[in-house]
Amino acid sequence: MSTEGRMRELLTVLAPESLDIADDSAAHAGHQGARSGGGHFVITIVSPRFQGQDRVARHRLVYAALGNLMRKEIHALSIRAFTPDEI
Amino acid sequence: MSVQDTIRQQVTGHRVVLYMKGTPDFPQCGFSANAVRILQMCGVQDIFAVNVLEEPEIRQGIKEYANWPTIPQLYVNGEFVGGSDILTEMFQNGELQKVLKKAA
Repeated sequence: MSTEGRMRELLTVLAPESLDIADDSAAHAGHQGARSGGGHFVITIVSPRFQGQDRVARHRLVYAALGNLMRKEIHALSIRAFTPDEI
Repeated sequence: MSVQDTIRQQVTGHRVVLYMKGTPDFPQCGFSANAVRILQMCGVQDIFAVNVLEEPEIRQGIKEYANWPTIPQLYVNGEFVGGSDILTEMFQNGELQKVLKKAA
């Protein structure tokens, strides 16, 4: 399964109402950090789980859900996390 | 001294601490460059920057310290503020300027 597919699967624990994952790796190919082969991704996720959580807490929830993928497969990640009320 | 102690000393010993890849003059990652640019736009003159590419133990240790798996990481008066996305958002809505002012 692609990294994106695995991310999507792992993020189901947050019960997202919507989840958009953009693979931005091509824009970064060749720079130093990209040599390890890890991808650059941009996640936009809407979940009721973010209710009452500040930004740092929301990002930690996403990082925790992605777990070991953060070690190697994902080199860089931008996160935009919203509750359903915020969109 | 353990790595965690070193980090604690760095973040509490300086007002604004940025763990980054590269240096403020020569950032080696777009996210780190973004963090430096934002701090400069906020008028911060006294960034205490730690280049994690030259300090592998800190690079690993800082992820555990804040329970945050990515770099850059900004600390103000010893408090973890966030990474590149969070700094961008806080800068755009004026929160970061307030945090920095309060810490002046």
